[in-house]
Amino acid sequence: MKEADLVTEAHVRPVKARRDLGARASQAIGLLLVLVVLAWLGVNLVKAPDNFGRVLLIGVSQGALYALVALGYTLVYGILELINFAHGDVFMLGGMITASFVAQVFALGENPAFGSLIAALLVSLAAATVGCALLNATIERIAYKPLRSAPRLAPLITAIGVSFILQNVAILWKGTRPVSVPISDFSAGNGSKIFSVGQVVYTSDRLFVILITVPVLIGLVWLVKFTRQGKAMRATAQDKDAAAMMGIDVDRTISVTFLVAGALAGAGGVIFAFYSTEISFGTGFTLGLFAFTAAVLGGIGNLPGAVLGALLIGLIQNFNEGLGWYAPGSKWTESLVFAILILILVFRPQGLLGERTPEGA
Amino acid sequence: MARSTSRLPWGRVHPIVRRAALALLIAGVLLGLAWSGKFQRSTEVYTLVAAVLVLFLAKYAYTGLWFGLERVGVRNARGRWQARSPFLQRAVPPVVISGVVILVAWAAGLAPDLSLIVLLLITYVLYLLPSRWRGFAVPATVLALVVAYPFFIQQTNYQRFLFNLPVFNTFPSMDTMVSMIIFAMMAIGLNMVVGYAGLLDLGYVAFYAIGAYTAAWLASPHFAAYGISFDFGSVAEPAILRVGGIHLSIWLVLITAGLLTALVGVIIGLPTLRLRGDYLAIVTLGFGEILPQVARNGDKDGLGFNLTNGPPGINPIDPPGFGNWLSSHAGLPASYLSEQGVYVNFLTLMFWTALGLLLITVFCSVRLRDSRLGRAWIAIREDETAAAAMGIPLMRTKTWAYASGAFFGGIAGAWFASIKTGVFPDDFFFNISVLILCMVILGGMGNVWGVVAGAAFLEYLNLEGIANFNGWMNDHVFVCDPSKQDPSSVISGGCLNAPLVTFGIYGVIIVLVMLLRPQGLFPEQRRKLEFETGVHDTPIQDETA
Repeated sequence: MKEADLVTEAHVRPVKARRDLGARASQAIGLLLVLVVLAWLGVNLVKAPDNFGRVLLIGVSQGALYALVALGYTLVYGILELINFAHGDVFMLGGMITASFVAQVFALGENPAFGSLIAALLVSLAAATVGCALLNATIERIAYKPLRSAPRLAPLITAIGVSFILQNVAILWKGTRPVSVPISDFSAGNGSKIFSVGQVVYTSDRLFVILITVPVLIGLVWLVKFTRQGKAMRATAQDKDAAAMMGIDVDRTISVTFLVAGALAGAGGVIFAFYSTEISFGTGFTLGLFAFTAAVLGGIGNLPGAVLGALLIGLIQNFNEGLGWYAPGSKWTESLVFAILILILVFRPQGLLGERTPEGA
Repeated sequence: MARSTSRLPWGRVHPIVRRAALALLIAGVLLGLAWSGKFQRSTEVYTLVAAVLVLFLAKYAYTGLWFGLERVGVRNARGRWQARSPFLQRAVPPVVISGVVILVAWAAGLAPDLSLIVLLLITYVLYLLPSRWRGFAVPATVLALVVAYPFFIQQTNYQRFLFNLPVFNTFPSMDTMVSMIIFAMMAIGLNMVVGYAGLLDLGYVAFYAIGAYTAAWLASPHFAAYGISFDFGSVAEPAILRVGGIHLSIWLVLITAGLLTALVGVIIGLPTLRLRGDYLAIVTLGFGEILPQVARNGDKDGLGFNLTNGPPGINPIDPPGFGNWLSSHAGLPASYLSEQGVYVNFLTLMFWTALGLLLITVFCSVRLRDSRLGRAWIAIREDETAAAAMGIPLMRTKTWAYASGAFFGGIAGAWFASIKTGVFPDDFFFNISVLILCMVILGGMGNVWGVVAGAAFLEYLNLEGIANFNGWMNDHVFVCDPSKQDPSSVISGGCLNAPLVTFGIYGVIIVLVMLLRPQGLFPEQRRKLEFETGVHDTPIQDETA
């Protein structure tokens, strides 16, 4: 920055003009892309409004689930600038914990009463959030903390290793076959009707996802914005050295951040297990990458951005898979999401809501 | 918080006692497991326990030896030994150690194997050579042994020439050796990007895939469906040539695959290389996920044009060979598959050709590293800002690193497709990218020989080693009942099924190496210094970029 000030205006101007032109061109292309997508959505809405509404509701539910996982990425990135590859697998282990509780402790398959369903949900929610929080913080202590002063890529590579270890822990625990959770009122496509608008039915499975996600998100905002611990987290994210000088225990704050991120992933795992009724050791990897894309889309390090990005990714995925008119279909979902990831990183690395980051310039 | 865990006065206990306590604890746990009936009570388990004790205490046994000698009355034993000639100091300890080992083995009733003794003697002679000769003699001996390897392994009773490895049982078969070499080529390619230029690439499998599909497009009947028929120096069967499609000589295919892959590397690199390290890693990961999906969906249904033939893949691809003209004029084998000798057969030829390609790759890699471009890569790795200030064009240099790394990945992929005579989209998962990355990290980022060793070892583990180890464990350690075994779980019916967690083992290797020895097993001196003293890289907790 300082060096740039020393250069005279006359030298700067032509470069600036060229950059403006490039920026304007990419803005125009981006706008065009958005318009095309909107037009495509509009045609689909007119052609089959019922289907559109149904897909929209599924998309919002899935987006809410992604939001829980994406927030974990964003929290950790905000404080350590580390892409925590293992986060998706922590989420998967949360789902596995839920599956064990539901199938073995509560035996929901034989006992499908609503009361025991709620009890199973609450108990597995408690177990999975606590378990995943402790797991995530332990991973940070063992694998990331010794590498704080190492070259930047060292903890990232370690995180990939941890991700593989967690997947194989799940194989050790549950085997390679997918673990199934008994179908209940909270499973996708199996929920009972709550209300309907025309042909579009709002069902209990969608409500269930929202009913867990929204309080968790409110709790997170309260934690980060209004508590002492949240203040410490924000300070540590801004400047570790200065935070340490103000008497903040940086190591402890980082541990708390990993605890919170792990708890969010655990809650996500519970929702996923009940909602999709099948979970395998590889689930966390792809879903984690989708959630990471969501975090990047909204602006990594930015909490509302992560939620917005997650909703968008959930909608995009389900529009792609569910709409009838010229949708690429589910076999292109990964390509689509990763293409969004690449385009965002290349053309707007600060995301939709995020601050301008050093790598964007 | 940290203080409460270290309330035991561990720090004040003598390190020998600490180590001994730890070793006894591990040995006790192993023995306890053996006696509880979880493990067999076999000789191997006891040997394992003994090995744990020896490994933990070897260093102190050595110190204790001198201490004991001085106690017995030999005055200043160590000093007097150190006053002897350096040659004796180097030559005697291995002889003593191996003498003890042979005596113990002989007492246990194990006859020492002749081939093992020959191999140990060769190692010993190499070890004794003056260092200025060793630099030449070690690679020459290793190369000679590797070139002659088919003659050892393909003996009908190969026990005459090769001994059984402990735990891992057999030496790698010819198929595995070819795979090991091809993965070594890919690891060297990735090493140019990760090790030299310091750019983390998590989608290297995409380059492998592009190389393989190039071989499939240029040397198979695939395009016959679009009425294209072209033949130049290929070795395909007449029946396949009659179908049509493009059939190029494999050597042209290799070069084309390399160039095309390098071009794709440039196309991917140009927009993305200005991103910072971890974002670049994510973008490459994205490409590494997109390209295999395009390969899976690239048939008529998915793309409207049959580019990759979808999930079944493209099969058959022409086998490698020199073609009829070179066969009649230079006496080279026309098609590798038609060679069926006992020692010199198609596997041997594929192995030797792959070895030749590997040597070319190693040569290019070393020469590139020492060139102006390679020094620019290392400068960028160490300090991007300083490198730019010295006038290194960042984008162009990084793009060249990407293109060179991709080039060798493409050649390796094309060769692999050609010897497998097919390409299948399920070979190109993210796992493979991480496997190759693990090879580079284990061997030592930046060091070509370390990377080759890491690649050979991990690919051996991948194809044979873990399965062999698993068999050994089930025979000698676990109380295994195969009839009760469930193929989808790791431990069932008392049996171990270790191949299921192969990638977990790689994960453990990655984490352990990054935490304990980030410079890798065979570090390049310069890279080691970077990890020990640090570089002007943005540390992770520092906001100022």
